[in-house]
Amino acid sequence: MSQGSIVAGCLAPHPPHLVYAANPPQNEPRSSGAGAWQGLLDAYASLRGSLESKEYDVLVVHTPHWRTVVGHHVLACPEFKGLSVDPVFPNLFRFHYDLRVDVELAEAMAEEGEAAGLVMKTMRNPDFRVDYGTLTCCHLVRPEWDLPIVALSSNRAYTYFSSEYGDREMLILGEATRRAIEKTGRKALVLGSCSLSHRHFTEEPADPEDPAFEHIHNRNQALWDERVLGHMKMGDCATLLAEMPDFIDQAVSECAEGSLTWLLGALGIPDWPATVHGYGTVIGTGNAVVEWEPGPPTAVEGRP
Amino acid sequence: MTGSNRGKSAGSGAVLGGLLVPGKPQILLDPDGNPGWRSLHDSMRKAGEALMENGTELLVLYSTQWTSIIGHQFLADPEPKWTRVDEDFHELGTIDYHLKMDAEFAESWRQKATDRGLTARTVAYEGFPVDTGSLVALKLLNPENRIPACVVSCNMYADRAETVILGKATRDAVEALGLKVTAVAVSALSNRMWTRFIDPVDDRIHSAKDDEWNRKILEILGEGRLEDVSQLAREFSSQAHGDNRFKAIWWLSALMGQDNAFQGRVLDYQAVWGTGAGVVDLVPARRGSSNLEYDEDDAQTWGGDRGVLSSNPGEAT
Repeated sequence: MSQGSIVAGCLAPHPPHLVYAANPPQNEPRSSGAGAWQGLLDAYASLRGSLESKEYDVLVVHTPHWRTVVGHHVLACPEFKGLSVDPVFPNLFRFHYDLRVDVELAEAMAEEGEAAGLVMKTMRNPDFRVDYGTLTCCHLVRPEWDLPIVALSSNRAYTYFSSEYGDREMLILGEATRRAIEKTGRKALVLGSCSLSHRHFTEEPADPEDPAFEHIHNRNQALWDERVLGHMKMGDCATLLAEMPDFIDQAVSECAEGSLTWLLGALGIPDWPATVHGYGTVIGTGNAVVEWEPGPPTAVEGRP
Repeated sequence: MTGSNRGKSAGSGAVLGGLLVPGKPQILLDPDGNPGWRSLHDSMRKAGEALMENGTELLVLYSTQWTSIIGHQFLADPEPKWTRVDEDFHELGTIDYHLKMDAEFAESWRQKATDRGLTARTVAYEGFPVDTGSLVALKLLNPENRIPACVVSCNMYADRAETVILGKATRDAVEALGLKVTAVAVSALSNRMWTRFIDPVDDRIHSAKDDEWNRKILEILGEGRLEDVSQLAREFSSQAHGDNRFKAIWWLSALMGQDNAFQGRVLDYQAVWGTGAGVVDLVPARRGSSNLEYDEDDAQTWGGDRGVLSSNPGEAT
């Protein structure tokens, strides 16, 4: 078996609003097409265009909306089929899914995580409802649903202990994920599915997609998002990680769910520039679609 | 009471009592994993049997495990029927459910909440994932759906004032429809869970400090001093990892009149995966109402900006 690799790593946020706006046949609600989130839909289209030139055989996603306290869990049934209704935005997301899981890779990720000292658990209950974070992210990245996925839960380390502790654990999980991909010979697309700033509006207009309503919740969030994206574009993810606890605290960032730090860990803390495909807001939160090409081997090996 | 009779007895609505119950799945799905879990299971069943005898026409629930962002959501599907697998404890199995909700009450509740300025909406969709806490409570308190129920979400941004107003809106709806209800707050006490897998027989409260705080809260509830516990919720939550800031007690006390005049009975107290799980029964009683700890505002109207950022405090209005 040849050694596997990560073909690209993406920050791929999961507002269910984007699937709603795209009106795929799997989703029951129909949107008005008023266009509030067109910028982010365009960003995902740009990402999909970039990924067309890459060959990969599995999507690995870390999702904030499967929350676990007892360790990190990973989907490990061969397939899941059902209806996923978002408990927060049920008016927007009622998605019929029929997906396959790369169980061999899932089990390898659990083993590598355990070997690194993490608490890991494979999820083998076929009745499990796949969360909307996983479904939204995967659908927007690859709507064909023709490849298997592996989904990781969001452990509560940040809120149970501290942002610093959470980041350490997620970096270890990311590294374990990369080792599992390499050992199983997979060509994997890894997806950290979170927003940046994450303070929501708590009201919704009559047409949820009304662009007149949509903007960032507050200027502080926009400034933080701009700074974080600047680090990504400059290839300075070490500084991004150093500032992560402040970002989480001051911008109510969804990075507190660990998805971005896990992604950076899987990529080896990039010191090369990322491509920002776009940035936009959804119900006041800041969201960016970002892609990292795999880094040069020397850059990864030279990192502490 | 049938729907057609509702409203005719407006003014006769009443909250017959309140329950505080835990919602961890072990109590329903693995009661024999630990003697404490079995005890909680049986205590909740007994509490449910009592509901069948006291004239309760409706169970109104607030569950900390159903979080919302867009205001407050009310479960309005008359017969939610689906399956639930807990996100953390999926190995315990699947909860199949077929519940009986009071859609008319849900709509009235939504309207009363809106009247008090809250953002509120009903939800009724096939496949809507009823949360584990609500299911544990309803399956044990009301296993045969003999009493219709209604559940409200726990808004993640709502602090005390908003939650208190939600409790008052609940009472508004109860009185408008003239119903005899029992209020059910589905919440842990301390909510620090074990973050590693444990042998269930080794389960205990996560720390002596959490345990001490839980016992103090239960002592006060046992004296019927519900509003005093509501006033202490912030302190308890910060000191003992209260479940979702122990917001459920704000809702419960506001619904039950913000009083201490209750007969309180602590039916059980056990650990579930490190958390504090108490079953408490509160019934209105004729007794003196004490005001020992009251220092929180009673949210009725919005007081406005106090100008605390003004460079000249004298300009603040």
